[in-house]
Amino acid sequence: MPPDASEQSQRPVPVPDEASAPFFAGAARGELMLQRCRACGAFMWPVKSRCVECFSAEVEWAAASGGGELYSFVVVHQRYPGFDEPYVLATVVTPEGVRFNTSIVGADPDELRIGMQLTVVFDSVSDDVVVPKFEPVQS
Amino acid sequence: MSRWKADAAIAGLGITEMGKIYGRSAADFAAEAIALALDDAGLAKSEIDGLLINGNGNEHMTPYLQMTLGFEDLTMLNVMSAAGSTVGAMIQYAALALDAGVVNNVVLLYADAPLQENVGGGAAYAKRGQWHGMNGLRGAYGEFGGNPPYALAARRHMHLYGTTSEQFGAIAVAQRKWAQMNPRAQMTKPMTLEDHQSSRMVVDPFHLFDCCLVSNGAVAVIMTTAERARQLRQPPVYVKAAAQAAPGDNQRTGRDPGLNTGAKRASELAFSLAGITRDDVDILELYDCYTYTVLVTLEDYGYCEKGEGGAFVEDGKLGPGGALPTNTGGGQLSSYYMWGFTPLSEAVIQARGQAGERQVERNDVVVASGNGGVLNFHSTTVLSKHAA
Repeated sequence: MPPDASEQSQRPVPVPDEASAPFFAGAARGELMLQRCRACGAFMWPVKSRCVECFSAEVEWAAASGGGELYSFVVVHQRYPGFDEPYVLATVVTPEGVRFNTSIVGADPDELRIGMQLTVVFDSVSDDVVVPKFEPVQS
Repeated sequence: MSRWKADAAIAGLGITEMGKIYGRSAADFAAEAIALALDDAGLAKSEIDGLLINGNGNEHMTPYLQMTLGFEDLTMLNVMSAAGSTVGAMIQYAALALDAGVVNNVVLLYADAPLQENVGGGAAYAKRGQWHGMNGLRGAYGEFGGNPPYALAARRHMHLYGTTSEQFGAIAVAQRKWAQMNPRAQMTKPMTLEDHQSSRMVVDPFHLFDCCLVSNGAVAVIMTTAERARQLRQPPVYVKAAAQAAPGDNQRTGRDPGLNTGAKRASELAFSLAGITRDDVDILELYDCYTYTVLVTLEDYGYCEKGEGGAFVEDGKLGPGGALPTNTGGGQLSSYYMWGFTPLSEAVIQARGQAGERQVERNDVVVASGNGGVLNFHSTTVLSKHAA
């Protein structure tokens, strides 16, 4: 059951800054933006000013495919304002080889299997801010 | 054959009361721990010319603590910061500096006072307005504190290798047995595996008893040259080697320090420098912010194959009477949480032969680990009561 709107409004809302603006702008238009090195092609989790692999300064923002694989997940039983416990926190790895923590939606914890394929979705967490989350690919 | 040339030793140890002690600042605890350590060593405050502080986010843990404590004429002063692994770096730096003659008597310090009366932990993390830039995503996703990322690593280990919650429990149970013999331990109530399993879920797969304590208090250690230590009050605890390792991550596939931690490289380096193998180690004091941290450290120290840590600890060998005494004061899980100074303090006590009821008979080589980040940062320190 989804938390009611007033409870969810208690959640911390990300405050985009200049460095992360492309990420949040991408989310607002429905794109998962990562960073990619023009010199060696490596993708990386933002925000980096130089490539983490080859150290080139030619790092640009690029849209990821939006796919993902469930790398790990946990169920949080601690109470935090705005979060309806228990809730899931997951580690997702994308086909581009980037790994990060995020929320899973559209599935109960007992339906989750490490290794399952996911796809990115976008969730408005306030009037101004959208964040990516992932849901299982419907087979 | 030892390659470590610096001849330094731990000559003083001061441990304050630990736990839910309110109304005192970290600076206050620090002063007490240092006073205790000075008395333990038989040194005067005026003889201290080095002060190393483990940076931990507490507002008092800055270079200005020197003024609060009233130290003068120091030739070494620094806040060092690599999370829970810092202790080994502090020891390494102090030993090398003592050997080089740039300082004579160094205080190494950890102090914190995170617990406040009537303030729960959860609410503090979710304060709105702190969440800037990419870090804001943690607030949006509900990733608060250290529990989730460590639990994520443990869950991945369970998925890949079949490690079980009961195996984590074996670590907690063994350490509680040691804690019951430690007058300083915060938690001494007997714990069975059933107690571990029925303790409330915190972040599944971690139960309450998989997670370390929180403590207000301080620990101070005084290091000097081996020669000077022999003239002081306590049996010297010689530093045989101290090494750090930080494998890196950058959240890219091909690297996962949650599974393959810096413990491997740090222990390889420390053991090589000290001229020992893991078979020479009598007692292990391993950073244990979570039961999982102990398990993965044992794997990465090479006591068993990667993925076999669960089976390795299941028989209780870490506990009293076991083949591999580990966290013999109860560790951070059951005694007190002073980051790397928890394992270090117990290592010193055991190496000196001052552990009373919980003294491990064979105490020639004692190893203490430090761990920080999400298993990103590691340090390994080899200690011995033997000069050579």
